[in-house]
Amino acid sequence: MKLSQGIRMAWSSILANKLRTALSMLGILIGVATVISLVAMGQGSANEVSAQLQGLGTNMLSVNVTGRGSSTTLTLPQAETLGDGIDGIDGLSPTVSGSAAARYGSVQTESSVTVEGVTPDYEDVQDFHPQEGRFIAPLDLEAYSKVALLGIDTSEELFGPGVSPVGETILLSGVKYKVVGLLEPKGTSLGASNDEKILVPITTAQRLFQSEGVRTVAVKAASEETMDAVTAALEAKLSAIFRGNTNSYRITNSEELKETATSVSKTMSTMMAGVAAISLLVGGIGIMNIMLVSVTERTREIGIRKALGARKRDVLFQFLVEAASISSLGGALGIAAAFGAAAIMERTGTATQIESDIVLYSFVFSALVGIVFGLFPANKAASLKPVDALRHD
Amino acid sequence: MGRGRRTAAAHGDVSLTATLPPSSERAPLISIRDVRKSYRMAGEEVPILKGVDLEVMAGDFLAIIGPSGSGKSTLMNVIGCLDTPTSGSYKLDGQEVGGLSENRLAEVRNRGIGFIFQSFHLLPRMTARENVELPLIYRGLSGKERREAAEAALAKVGLADRMDHRPNQLSGGQMQRVAIARALAGHPPILLADEPTGALDTKTGAEVLGLVQELNRQGHTIVLITHDLDVAAKAGRIAFMKDGLLTEEGGDAREAFARHPHGLEQHSR
Repeated sequence: MKLSQGIRMAWSSILANKLRTALSMLGILIGVATVISLVAMGQGSANEVSAQLQGLGTNMLSVNVTGRGSSTTLTLPQAETLGDGIDGIDGLSPTVSGSAAARYGSVQTESSVTVEGVTPDYEDVQDFHPQEGRFIAPLDLEAYSKVALLGIDTSEELFGPGVSPVGETILLSGVKYKVVGLLEPKGTSLGASNDEKILVPITTAQRLFQSEGVRTVAVKAASEETMDAVTAALEAKLSAIFRGNTNSYRITNSEELKETATSVSKTMSTMMAGVAAISLLVGGIGIMNIMLVSVTERTREIGIRKALGARKRDVLFQFLVEAASISSLGGALGIAAAFGAAAIMERTGTATQIESDIVLYSFVFSALVGIVFGLFPANKAASLKPVDALRHD
Repeated sequence: MGRGRRTAAAHGDVSLTATLPPSSERAPLISIRDVRKSYRMAGEEVPILKGVDLEVMAGDFLAIIGPSGSGKSTLMNVIGCLDTPTSGSYKLDGQEVGGLSENRLAEVRNRGIGFIFQSFHLLPRMTARENVELPLIYRGLSGKERREAAEAALAKVGLADRMDHRPNQLSGGQMQRVAIARALAGHPPILLADEPTGALDTKTGAEVLGLVQELNRQGHTIVLITHDLDVAAKAGRIAFMKDGLLTEEGGDAREAFARHPHGLEQHSR
């Protein structure tokens, strides 16, 4: 008996019991649809996370001072010399940050804007350049100049889209600042927008926020390989400054963040594989159940076929093809349902990405489920003795 | 599946012509020697066939008659290779069937025997033509060969205009004729009919029986099993089955029947 013959027989049987077949393929259908849409959601959110991590820059370390009071923060000179004597550091940028209401003429920002006090090194360390005007210069720090660079979104909010803010004067917490530059667009990193901020000289910011200390220092390592060594050296130095109080500071490694994010999405994938396995197992049992019913119902048909010369393997093949047809049809419909679900999720704002190999795997797997779970009923059918099967009512 | 096709190719000529090899022309088509069959029921061995001897020559029309419970259905199952005897020898067309594997038995059924059942045993979802093609599918014939053979067989039983009807669109007599066409399609050496008129009214039963007789006149070997003496009377030879024993041939058998008339009387009414 040929495959095409087997498939035709399976189809005629499937079409003869449409409702029952539909119900029994439902398990596989839901399983496949769930797996594909969950993986698509996971992939979508992983894409978003990795895009945000990309905004952090590569080979970046971040020193955060978490202690309170002047004795447990870094002074600006301490922060600027933190990297001295450590090999493998490309650049270092201390930051003081806070927020302030920004105003231009009668236009005020809806909420207060993040204001970061930075040094001229910030530009290279964060790889964040002005698209217009200039960056903060060393002289600005010395002179406590009231100059500012605007992020693209903040500029649009205050000046309107396409209008150059350079040369204008804005008010930060009521104090006049001259806009000297407009930053290039950079997107978000870890949920914080880089385009909704105002950069001012770090010395000016310390005055604005009335804080002496520096709480954040971004460190750019020369390469990924040196990151661990740089981290260790920074740890040693900070430990000396804070007299061994390791709770006062924290060093965050952008690579570690990426690894964490990767491992989170890996864990999610594993869990989804588990969900997939369970739902397909349940679907497979459904198919096995219906195939057993079918074998009992069609005992006489099996007897007739055997009397007319069907061998054991012909009957086995017929029922296996039937089970595999039901399950792969369920799988195919599940794939279609998953694409529909993904389209709906995209519309409601959840990022999804359906990967073609997941679609392929789940289809192949659902066909396999049919074969594996069809094996027992098919074997039961094939092992019937013709004389007993013919006598069956 | 591959093996099925190979065998079909190897035996292609024989299967389609059903002519016996000249050397075996005088050898019996069916040769049964001391066949016994017993079933285990509730822990007890119940003998059904108690040593049956039977020879059927090519071209014979043999009726096996007997009351229900006499073992004639079991004998039919053995002749049809649907069941294997507990002991004894059964040669079909010169080949000992006793020790064959299940797969070989399926092949013997496919090539050697055309079944005609009391309740037709057609597959309800298939058309008449598809039903007739069924044994040819398992023989591994191509779609074209199957269609031609099925159409020829259906034409032979007078159903050329009903080929695409399903069993539920056919009358009982037509269904039985489809079943006969199915039995004929593969040109098996033997047609084995189990109460072919049992589910039909007298008139259609007679028509079907006429068809069976006509097939015998055309050279088909027929073994017919019945409990109806009138049906059996149409056969060239009658064998009587009683209590697991077969009493063969004309005079002796009729004497045996005369001694125990009641066993048959009950069933022939």
